[in-house]
Amino acid sequence: MSVLFAIVLLPLIAALLPRLVQSMGRSTVAIVTALPVLLALLLLLGTAPSVLVDGELLQAAVPWLPQAGLMLAFRLDGLAWLFALLILGIGLLVIVYGHYYLEKSDSGGRFFSLLLLFMAAMLGVVCSDNLLLLVVFWELTSISSFLLIGYWSGQAAARKGARMALTLTGAGGLALLAGVILIGQTVGSYDLGTVLASGDLIRSHALYPLMLVLVLLGVFTKSAQFPFHFWLPHAMSAPTPVSAYLHSATMVKAGVFLLARFYPALAGTDLWFVLVSSIGLVTLLLGAWMALFRHDLKGLLAYSTISHLGLITLLFGLSTRLAAVAAVFHVINHATFKASLFMAAGIIDHETGTRDIRKLGGLRRYLPHTMALATVASMAMAGVPLLNGFLSKEMFFAEAADTPLYGSLNWLVPTLATIAGMLSVAYSLRFVHDVFFGPVPAALVAHAPHEPRRLMRVPVEVLVLLCLAVGVFPAVVVGPLLAAAATATLGGELPEYSLAIWHGLNVPFLMSLLALTGGVAIYVWRAPLFALQRRWPRPHAPAIFEQAVQALVAVAGRFVRFIDNGALQRYVSWLMLPVALIMLAAMASRPDWLGEHALTPVDGLSILATIVAVLAALATVVLRRQRLVALLMISVVGLIVSLAFLRLSAPDLALTQLSVEVVTVLLLMLAMYFLPSRGVIESTWWDRSRDLFLSLSIGVGVGLLALFAMTHPGATISTFFIDNSIPGGGGANVVNVILVDFRGFDTLGEITVLAIAAAGIYALLENLGLCLPIYDPEGRPWAKDRSPLVLQMISRAVLPIALLVAMYILVRGHNMPGGGFIAGLITAVALVLQYVASGVHWVHARVPHNYHPLVAFGVLLAGLTGLASLLLGYPFLTSTFEYIYWPIVGKFELASAMLFDLGVYITVVGATLLILARLGKLSVVEQEEGN
Amino acid sequence: MEILLAIMIAVLTSCGIYLILRLRTFPVVVGLTLLSYAVNLFLFAMGRLTLNAPAVIGATDQYTDPLPQALVLTAIVIGFAMTAFLMALALRAWGEFGNDHVDGTAIPGSDGDDRR
Repeated sequence: MSVLFAIVLLPLIAALLPRLVQSMGRSTVAIVTALPVLLALLLLLGTAPSVLVDGELLQAAVPWLPQAGLMLAFRLDGLAWLFALLILGIGLLVIVYGHYYLEKSDSGGRFFSLLLLFMAAMLGVVCSDNLLLLVVFWELTSISSFLLIGYWSGQAAARKGARMALTLTGAGGLALLAGVILIGQTVGSYDLGTVLASGDLIRSHALYPLMLVLVLLGVFTKSAQFPFHFWLPHAMSAPTPVSAYLHSATMVKAGVFLLARFYPALAGTDLWFVLVSSIGLVTLLLGAWMALFRHDLKGLLAYSTISHLGLITLLFGLSTRLAAVAAVFHVINHATFKASLFMAAGIIDHETGTRDIRKLGGLRRYLPHTMALATVASMAMAGVPLLNGFLSKEMFFAEAADTPLYGSLNWLVPTLATIAGMLSVAYSLRFVHDVFFGPVPAALVAHAPHEPRRLMRVPVEVLVLLCLAVGVFPAVVVGPLLAAAATATLGGELPEYSLAIWHGLNVPFLMSLLALTGGVAIYVWRAPLFALQRRWPRPHAPAIFEQAVQALVAVAGRFVRFIDNGALQRYVSWLMLPVALIMLAAMASRPDWLGEHALTPVDGLSILATIVAVLAALATVVLRRQRLVALLMISVVGLIVSLAFLRLSAPDLALTQLSVEVVTVLLLMLAMYFLPSRGVIESTWWDRSRDLFLSLSIGVGVGLLALFAMTHPGATISTFFIDNSIPGGGGANVVNVILVDFRGFDTLGEITVLAIAAAGIYALLENLGLCLPIYDPEGRPWAKDRSPLVLQMISRAVLPIALLVAMYILVRGHNMPGGGFIAGLITAVALVLQYVASGVHWVHARVPHNYHPLVAFGVLLAGLTGLASLLLGYPFLTSTFEYIYWPIVGKFELASAMLFDLGVYITVVGATLLILARLGKLSVVEQEEGN
Repeated sequence: MEILLAIMIAVLTSCGIYLILRLRTFPVVVGLTLLSYAVNLFLFAMGRLTLNAPAVIGATDQYTDPLPQALVLTAIVIGFAMTAFLMALALRAWGEFGNDHVDGTAIPGSDGDDRR
């Protein structure tokens, strides 16, 4: 069903267009915006015969993230069709209206782009056939409405209103997501059809209350139900077309849409009844009461919207099948009359420059057409017969009148419903009478307003005509649509109802009459009510909200400052503390540290070496302020570590450690030269004792852990490597074969890390101006002599020999201790020795010293070797080898892994030299500038 | 031999951690070097200790566990890269803030304030 995708995705793709054509004039922008919407609308109408008449369910799905149950799945049933019609139809009218409403200075491109994005998000919500997809679009409506409400981002009110709307609806969206996931897990599928068919399973689940509350939180925040209603009036700082669209037909209707959508799955329990109907009732009354006292036209309409949404929610809460039909009906009616009223309010604002009812009056003289339209729409809102609002309100009264569920409080619902009806009549009357009748304020006489352009009124006329048409010929105009939508909502057959204007003199009609007369009475005698309302304590919701947000930010800030105070010492000690505690706990449990595993024999030299290493390590700590001594001590430790590797059958490690030792000491010496010898801040005794505790407990713990592991037998996977080293990798040195063959991918990653570190160091030291110390810590000036001649001469002689040794180590590495890492380090050491002995300039004059390409080349070579095996049809980094016979040398093995090892070699040489040469050069450049 | 190695690991770890918890960059880098010795030895020890049995096929009858050795070999080289990177960070911080405090922030009132 590509039609379905087209309907939803057309506005989404078209959302890019208005911005692109912005420079081509305002009319082009509006046309480019309207055309895709019109097209989508026509496509939707094209599906009307199958969906509305035949009752077909159109579905289309493409997998998106099937592992997570997320499908790009859409459905078009009666309910989705109804909402899609409202979204596209009213959307089209709003685009026309908005084109005339926006000022020349407003960015039309941005406005219409956002509007289309929002439209697409809403279409996605109503057409989703997958719960997760629904939430995705739901969040998209929150975000795009945030951008639309804050469209005039220069105004503080717009920013605040937008933020509040986003916070509330966004938080509700998260709750909805949680609820949806719970539902999906319960049912075992996120497919909407499956979920709707599993109502009994969901309702009988132990977590049903939680699911319901989470979903309802999403619904109530979106549809501005009490106590989350307060964001809606503040969203009125949006441009009026946005209000007309978001707060009549779409955004706020998303919540009640969800009630309708989940009705078969979640409704029908006492909990649903109590929660939904009571919240709806409170919202209905509160909204109507507040609307009466608003002086801002849009504020009045906003609270009226809240009230009508409460009415719809209440109807869904009443849980009878007829009430659900009435709710769907009222969704249609409210969308039409409220959108036209918002547009009328926008016209009034546009022409007079104010929306304050107190500053308006007598506009019938200047805006007769607008008055006619607004009056009809208001009457629909008030529920006057022959208009659509009357019909759904009649159905509402009927349902309210015979609600059996509240027991002895049964009289309460109809009474409160009638009171809400009266208030609704009163504020509708106020909207019309205060604005269009009475004396004209002096300010308006001076600047007489005039009717807006014809086309700006057309959308209002269309909507008002619909109100009338539905009101007079309900069965013809809206009958099939309502039937289809209600069938989809109920998920079964429809109850008996009749869409007639006159049902005889029954209770609902009496309630309607009562509401009308009572409403007029309230309006006529409104002065005492206004006085009462002024004295009424009014909690200022936005202020409370703002305070709560500020308090939350303050708490979060304190928490962050406590945890993240920028002190590395504290971070490290917080990390170490749990480790120390785990170690202490392990020690307290006293396992047998010395297992049965036979100990390897000890010799005197090893004991001596260990003692020396321990003393040297301690000396490093104690003498750390005498940095040269500390450096010597740490090199002693490093040397003994390499000897230990040698003694314990790890010649490769010994060679590596030894050569790394040389470059590390050189590195530390360079750093020592630059870094200051005296610090500014010293640790307190408390810090030191804490550090002593941490380091001792972790050290002893780690030592014991190592002892435990070494003296207990353990399984190893190395037998595989030893067995397959020669047959699989063609090399006798298992360590090297593991590096370049079995675990070649790891090695590739590791040399990449090396290359990245080198590049990072290069970047860090770029443009770094360090002041060169002139004196050493003891106050003696640094010597400026060249290196001793003897060293220069010997180092030069050593270079070719060292390179030869490196080559030998590299080539033999596959079969004997050696390999790319070790050979690379030896080469680097030999070259660094030239730097030390002869100076940077001498070396750079003779050796190409551009090391970055070298590093890159090494990594590339290793990577390409791996890719070559892909080309030959083997997995990445599969190696191959062949024995060839050279004339003099004899049998010689050539393995592709050796090419890989060459890449490792080149990377190691390049990275090491890049690092050290960069640091070393730092001193030379500075010295030249200094001299 | 196991006990000797365990003592060495314990001492190196303790010294390394104590130095890492200092406030100035140079001791921290030195401490990290000590700690990486300890970590490498620890990793190596997980393959159990064997004397005179390098994992070179044909050299001896029995072989030591080669896998920890391969892991430690790359760890040594990467450890060097990390030490060097930290050193470069320390130098940069010294150049930017005029002090060698590990937090990398300017310290008001110190003589380094007017450095750059």
